[in-house]
Amino acid sequence: MYTHCRGRDRQVGKLGTCDGTVAPSNRRPDIATAKTSVHPLAKLPTGIDGFDQLSHGGFPRHRTSLIIGGPGAGKTVFALQCLVNGARRHRAPGIFVAFEESPRQVIANGATFDWGLPGLAAKKLFFMDAHLSPTLVKAGDFDLVGMLAMLAAKKQEMGAQWIAFDGIDVLRTLLRDPAAEMRELYRLRDWLSDQALTAIVTAKAEGRSAEAGHYGFLQFMVDCVVRLDRRQEDRISASTLQITKYRGSGYESAEFPLSFGPSGIEVGATKPPDIEHKASTERLSAGFERLDVMLGGGVFRGSSTLITGVPGTSKTTLAGKFVEAACRRGERALFISFDESADQIMRNLSSVGIQLKAHVKSDLLRMHSARTEGISAEEHLLKIGALVREYRPQCMVIDPLTAIAKSGALGAARTVANRLIYMIKDDGITLLVTALSETEGQGGEATDLQISTIADTWIHLSYLVRSGERNRALTIIKSRGTPHSNQVRELVLSNAGPSLSDVYTAGGEVLMGTLRWEKEAEESAKKIRYRAEVDHKRRELQFAEANTSAQIKALQLNLERQRAELSLYAGEGDVHTASSSQRESELRRRRGADPAEGPARKNGNGAAR
Amino acid sequence: MSRRTVKPKPQAAEFTTVVVLRLYVAGGAPNSMQAIANLEAICAEYLKDGHKLEVVDVLENPRRAMAEGVLVTPSLSKLSPQPVAQVIGNLSDKRQVMLALGLKPHGG
Repeated sequence: MYTHCRGRDRQVGKLGTCDGTVAPSNRRPDIATAKTSVHPLAKLPTGIDGFDQLSHGGFPRHRTSLIIGGPGAGKTVFALQCLVNGARRHRAPGIFVAFEESPRQVIANGATFDWGLPGLAAKKLFFMDAHLSPTLVKAGDFDLVGMLAMLAAKKQEMGAQWIAFDGIDVLRTLLRDPAAEMRELYRLRDWLSDQALTAIVTAKAEGRSAEAGHYGFLQFMVDCVVRLDRRQEDRISASTLQITKYRGSGYESAEFPLSFGPSGIEVGATKPPDIEHKASTERLSAGFERLDVMLGGGVFRGSSTLITGVPGTSKTTLAGKFVEAACRRGERALFISFDESADQIMRNLSSVGIQLKAHVKSDLLRMHSARTEGISAEEHLLKIGALVREYRPQCMVIDPLTAIAKSGALGAARTVANRLIYMIKDDGITLLVTALSETEGQGGEATDLQISTIADTWIHLSYLVRSGERNRALTIIKSRGTPHSNQVRELVLSNAGPSLSDVYTAGGEVLMGTLRWEKEAEESAKKIRYRAEVDHKRRELQFAEANTSAQIKALQLNLERQRAELSLYAGEGDVHTASSSQRESELRRRRGADPAEGPARKNGNGAAR
Repeated sequence: MSRRTVKPKPQAAEFTTVVVLRLYVAGGAPNSMQAIANLEAICAEYLKDGHKLEVVDVLENPRRAMAEGVLVTPSLSKLSPQPVAQVIGNLSDKRQVMLALGLKPHGG
């Protein structure tokens, strides 16, 4: 249990999200720190990615190390790789004694890695065919004295420093006698220590208990024991490596994932966790403008983008658009698809206005289609790694990444998916992967491969089904280092390519497709109606206003006339009074009456009137 | 290295096939010494009529032994007549050796 957790811790540590990376050196401080002081044991680096870190420097020099494991666990590759690395990097010749396979087979198998093995085999490596012919008759006891004498002569001749005995367990079946076998193994050990050779012995071991019985003494005999394990997980195997013994040295005792890369065995979570990918601030188009706007200007160069969604949510279309945008910028792009021919993908993409054929012709774009049936995730990793090295793309699409988990164990596929993404990121390639999510809704956004945690940007595509329609919705779930949009957008496909539309929310529900269109139409009709109403009202008001002001004018005219009349009447009253007193006095004068008799009379006259 | 040739006796001219053997040994290692003794006994008993035996010490001639495909010691090769055969071990299993060399036990 503990060992498992450690393996994971290291993985997490690689992400830089946990400080588990310091733990290994903390575990055995007394010896781990010995690296800086006097080292009690001289070691020879194996050159195997990760193993030298776990073993604090490699295998013990001039001593014997044992690699045990089941069939296909990688014992032969491990041993051979040590020899190859010694020969290539340190010019240390080596001898490979093949008990199980013929040297021709071993060389042919090793030629699948990028070691240049056939060339090395001629110069720096010697392969001894210890593969006993089936026609051989055994008549009595035998020993290895002669073989060791021959090997000693060969070692003298070529100055070998490494020696590997591959499949030493074959001796057991030949000797048919445990005592004789033990005798020969001790003979071997003594010979090795006399010869000052660094030796690797491999032995098959089926299961843990069986191996313990047969090889207990073998494990006591050697100075370092490495156990390789290959477990079946979901029809495909997952490999692990564990150092179970290292005399006189500290080591990481956990079980670590092991995989076969283009350069041979790599032990998982091995790259120094402090290696960081260069963080570029350059933004690249994710395909089309509105998506870039949502992403705050596009994706960062060298970042990884994950697009998840159930089948038919146009993941491939977005991937195609991304690649097209890259090619338009003049960048080299690689499009890896699974179980669908490149031609078919290009035809389908051209129906939505994404034209890739011209870019393929100009060699800006490489389309690669791989089969998934019966191919393990590790094989995919090897192939993709080789493609990347060969083509050196700047932008890359894997559509869908989940295809690598199709045949085989999920656990292995997860490791591989992680490694693949890191490998591509290490090369500074801007990566876009799509991943199929099997279920919609709760948890449907997560993928089986659990890669969402290592992707920098995560775009999720989903369906919204309502009123007999299925509409695509796009959400950005995360985008590291970017103030991205939190809005759900409708993804609309047309001849001109994908585009994004705002969605309507009405009564707490998101409207898309026809409903959105209806809503839009309704909204615009409403607007027209409203405008007409306003116009009408304005005219009405204008009319009323004109009416009122006309009324005001008429009234004013009326007022003025009345005022005039009024003033006229006021003047006439005075005239009348004046003229009547004048007429009275005139009358009186004409009658010849007394001149004015005083006011009393006058009053009396007035009163009489 | 030593070569011992037992010439066929003239009166047994009907058995003219000469068995050519080569035994690879490792110095004075116990198994090797036993192999020489066992083989000589078999030859004396069954190959009186004619055989050629060459004993090669691998410790003295490792390169030659390697070139000739020797792996473990002791190792016996029947080079002639056809078919060639190879036997490993100290040859204590007489029945197996005789089968491999194509010899029939007496009175059997």
